[in-house]
Amino acid sequence: MTAQPLVLGIETSCDETGVGIVRGHTLLANAVASSVAEHARYGGVVPEVASRAHLEAMVPTVHRALADAEVALADIDAIAVTAGPGLAGALLVGVAAAKAYALAAGKPLYGVNHLAAHVAVDTLEHGALPEPAIALLVSGGHSSLLRVDSLADGIVPLGSTLDDAAGEAYDKVARVLGMGFPGGPAIDRAASEGSVTIAFPRGLTAARDLREHRFDFSFSGLKTAVARWVEARERAGEPVPLAEVSASFQEAVCDVLTAKAVDACRTSGITTLVIGGGVAANSRLRALAAERCARHGIDLRVPRPGLCTDNGAMVAALGSQLVAEGAAPGRLDLPTNSAMRVDVITV
Amino acid sequence: MLVLVLDSATPAVTAALGRVEPAAGDRPPTIDGNPWSATILARRATVDARAHGERLAPQIDAVLGEAGAKPGDLGAIVAGIGPGPFTGLRVGLVTATALGDALGIPTYPVCTLDAFAVGRPGRVLVATDARRREIYWACYADGVRLAGPEVSKPVEVAGRAAGLGARQAVGDGALRYADQLDLPVLAEPRFPQPAAMLSLAVRRVGTGAPGEPLIPLYLRRPDTTEPVARKRAAPQ
Ligand SMILES: [Zn+2]
Repeated sequence: MTAQPLVLGIETSCDETGVGIVRGHTLLANAVASSVAEHARYGGVVPEVASRAHLEAMVPTVHRALADAEVALADIDAIAVTAGPGLAGALLVGVAAAKAYALAAGKPLYGVNHLAAHVAVDTLEHGALPEPAIALLVSGGHSSLLRVDSLADGIVPLGSTLDDAAGEAYDKVARVLGMGFPGGPAIDRAASEGSVTIAFPRGLTAARDLREHRFDFSFSGLKTAVARWVEARERAGEPVPLAEVSASFQEAVCDVLTAKAVDACRTSGITTLVIGGGVAANSRLRALAAERCARHGIDLRVPRPGLCTDNGAMVAALGSQLVAEGAAPGRLDLPTNSAMRVDVITV
Repeated sequence: MLVLVLDSATPAVTAALGRVEPAAGDRPPTIDGNPWSATILARRATVDARAHGERLAPQIDAVLGEAGAKPGDLGAIVAGIGPGPFTGLRVGLVTATALGDALGIPTYPVCTLDAFAVGRPGRVLVATDARRREIYWACYADGVRLAGPEVSKPVEVAGRAAGLGARQAVGDGALRYADQLDLPVLAEPRFPQPAAMLSLAVRRVGTGAPGEPLIPLYLRRPDTTEPVARKRAAPQ
């Protein structure tokens, strides 16, 4: 198989219908249809609403990607699709579509891991990933630290959140502050106007927690602390300083995420850190990671925000890596797995 | 013309390959009097409500293989648009839509319940399982739909069906709630039959009618009270 495979990737694990096309490490198209507006009034993603939107958006999004990339389905070398983890019903729409396209066009099919794809997408921006690397994946659905020995077949989980995902904490705090859904961009904006004045807790950073949960995260205590702080202000009849609360909350999240990521690099002697997932678009996370990585001689790779959120290009990027490395394609009966383990890269 | 027939609106996930030709001496017209002959060449069905996503594509591959055909030989796709439980139904519809798109061939929707009434004289209640102790149902007179499709509790359907003069019932939903429907229930078919589905679309297939989008008959609004799953903190 060619070293520069042309791969179409399909992503439907949450509320974005994504179809991307890559050639080797080159991004040709990244079409995304989002149902986020439909979920806003529920304060979170409603699985059935997301699945219905995927069905409607699937084929038009494939068309858009093919048109943007100026390629025909017949030109594609392989089709990759997110097989998990994610919302079960949403995953099924993308996987069924991918099977149909693969069957109709006679193309090999790869069912891939969404988390590995979040790491692989960086190759579209910064070229081949030095291996091993440490990856920090942070979004509304995941908060994970991984050691990536090989994108195609060697990802080892180091730690993950014990409760809320980082993005989930942003959503919940945004709700407390009356900022709406999704909370990340709103809090990031508000925080840019304030300074860090409140010492909110950093979960799992005390010495006794570090022994057992050195690379794990916990954000539910932080969320509760913010809620209590805000309630106390309101009870006292004082105004809630949104900018200060946002900045202080954001600092607590980004401090823990970057401190643990850098610690993972330093203890393993690995000098490349990749950050992916929707929260990687956060301005403070990017700045703090850059500062700390520079201090410790770590090469930081963070794709641009449009590639950090869920999209099809990341799936295509992983598919391209798999094809280039000669990985065996999946079969037409490949399953979806809403709780797919991160060390399982293809099904 | 070779036609792929798909349905995933019941616990059975079905794929079949059919042939539609003008009726002639040894090719009788379809039972409802169309001047087209419709034959099922190969079929596969798996009864497992959780297997739709895994079984459908291999079954399509298998029916094509059994007839010595390739995907590019297909001229049309006929798909059951339900009503049916959402997740399985979507597997069939996204599969049919994507296949039609990739092959550049028309897709034709048929109501899954209608298939049970094809060639069935008299007044008939068709019911499939809607879970949550409800059924998807419709009533027919000589194969023509009088009422439905709707989703209701079996006891309510019993009243409606009696009012519409139904004399018998058919479908796995009717079998499951036979004790509440107060009608004789046919033992077979429990699930939609490809030959009947193809006959419902044979005129469109035969005349090369423009394809139509496959829009699912959900009949229920999304349940937005269920726990919210993943949340997002990302800009769009
Ligand atoms: Zn993600």
